[in-house]
Amino acid sequence: MSNWDRFTDTFFNGKVMLKYLPEILWGVVTTIELAVLIVLTGLAAGLALALVRSLAIRPLNWLIIFIVDLFRSLPPLVVIVLMYFGLPYAGVSPSGFVSTWLSLAFVLMAFSEEIFWAGITSVHKGQWEAARSTGLSFGETLLNVVLPQALRLTIPPLTNRTIAITKGTALGTVVAVSEILGAASSAMSNSYNPSPLMMGAAAYLVLFLPVVVLARRLEKRFAWKR
Amino acid sequence: MTTPLPIVDARGVHKHFGALHVLKGVDLTVAERELVFVIGPSGSGKSTLLRCLNRLEEPSSGSIVVDGIDMLDPRTDINHARQRIGMVFQSFNLYPHMTALGNVTLALRKVAGKSRAEAERLGLAALERVGLADRAGHTPGQLSGGQQQRVAIARSIALEPRVMLFDEPTSALDPELVGSVLEVMRALRESGMTMVVVSHEMGFARNAADRVVFMDDGLIVEQGPPAAIFESPAQERTRAFIGQIQRH
Ligand SMILES: Nc1ncnc2c1ncn2[C@@H]1O[C@H](COP(=O)(O)OP(=O)(O)OP(=O)(O)O)[C@@H](O)[C@H]1O
Ligand SMILES: [Mg+2]
Repeated sequence: MSNWDRFTDTFFNGKVMLKYLPEILWGVVTTIELAVLIVLTGLAAGLALALVRSLAIRPLNWLIIFIVDLFRSLPPLVVIVLMYFGLPYAGVSPSGFVSTWLSLAFVLMAFSEEIFWAGITSVHKGQWEAARSTGLSFGETLLNVVLPQALRLTIPPLTNRTIAITKGTALGTVVAVSEILGAASSAMSNSYNPSPLMMGAAAYLVLFLPVVVLARRLEKRFAWKR
Repeated sequence: MTTPLPIVDARGVHKHFGALHVLKGVDLTVAERELVFVIGPSGSGKSTLLRCLNRLEEPSSGSIVVDGIDMLDPRTDINHARQRIGMVFQSFNLYPHMTALGNVTLALRKVAGKSRAEAERLGLAALERVGLADRAGHTPGQLSGGQQQRVAIARSIALEPRVMLFDEPTSALDPELVGSVLEVMRALRESGMTMVVVSHEMGFARNAADRVVFMDDGLIVEQGPPAAIFESPAQERTRAFIGQIQRH
């Protein structure tokens, strides 16, 4: 057996791969479910917080800033672990899936709130004044004039952050979620062979590479020309 | 015979920014179809006064009535009132993500409650009045400064305001583009629009203004017909200011 054969037999073992393919595929499905849920709820919550913050109600803004800074400072893994192992003491026992989803959604909410907020505040004051002087209300101005401009500015940092946090679904392994990495590592320990891990890596590439490429295209498309 | 109500009736307007006392009791009335031209040194409060008239800035005290509407009454629907007061800014402030027509129709649809088709018809008519109907589909980035400012004027006149406020409408323009904006303003005046114009375009003031108001240090120091203010000002401060700008 040549070195090359030994290498492929270890890392790309066809028999092992075929055997654990279904589990990895289920892992892919779980990862997609988690990712979609995190992105939808995290971004929606982040945008909602940024909009509330633009109302400039002092105590509410302090609360928002506190929550946002909290979730931006804690490592996502710590949030997941706290939720999964800590909440049961408060009488709620979220599953590993729910813990991972909510934790990462909170983290994405925090980061995206800051990004949305930066976008909103970067829109020139004159835009508000022009719109308000024609009789548009605060909300109409925010929705029709400010937000469309703010969102364009936020797309590059937002896509980067979203991709980074979505990859954090791999942290779900710690709380027994069989997403890609979880499925791959348990398959690896059952088969005493690292091939499932290679499949996991391939699955991440297949999932995230198109998203990364799409993000790059979006950034180009929305590059703002004044 | 009753004298018609003034369109703008501001009395005893004070404005503080923290410790800074910017308007120190300004009285300004503007009659229907009148063009009042406001001059004064930088920082004298000209912009602040204009912005108090449509309540973009909240006056600290005083009263402001525009077209019979008490602008400072908390019960006044300010968004409704503002439709009747057009405002044109030094920096145009067009919405960069919309076409010229989109800029002009936004308030028509959202505030005046017009249907899209009706708003577009009125919007095109307004663009026509500023000579830019053929640019309806262009975004601000594709227009010159002068054209942008004319679109901004169209955005205001589309709402058929009772009075228009201009805050240095030509100051951000290259000299060769100033004429086209002044021409639109002149046509607007000829159509009977009531206007308050803060500007340094003394030539325009001489042949288009009914009255020139000189402000200094938060107060109206002197006012009168353009010839009187420019040729024979009564106040020393006015004379000094006029002398200064005419040397440029
Ligand atoms: N939002 C604000 N907060 C604090 N100070 C302000 C604000 N707006 C204006 N000021 C101050 O009020 C004073 C009058 O400003 P204003 O813009 O009304 O002057 P102006 O006559 O329009 O001057 P210019 O010819 O330079 O435009 C200035 O000292 C200015 O710094
Ligand atoms: Mg000014």
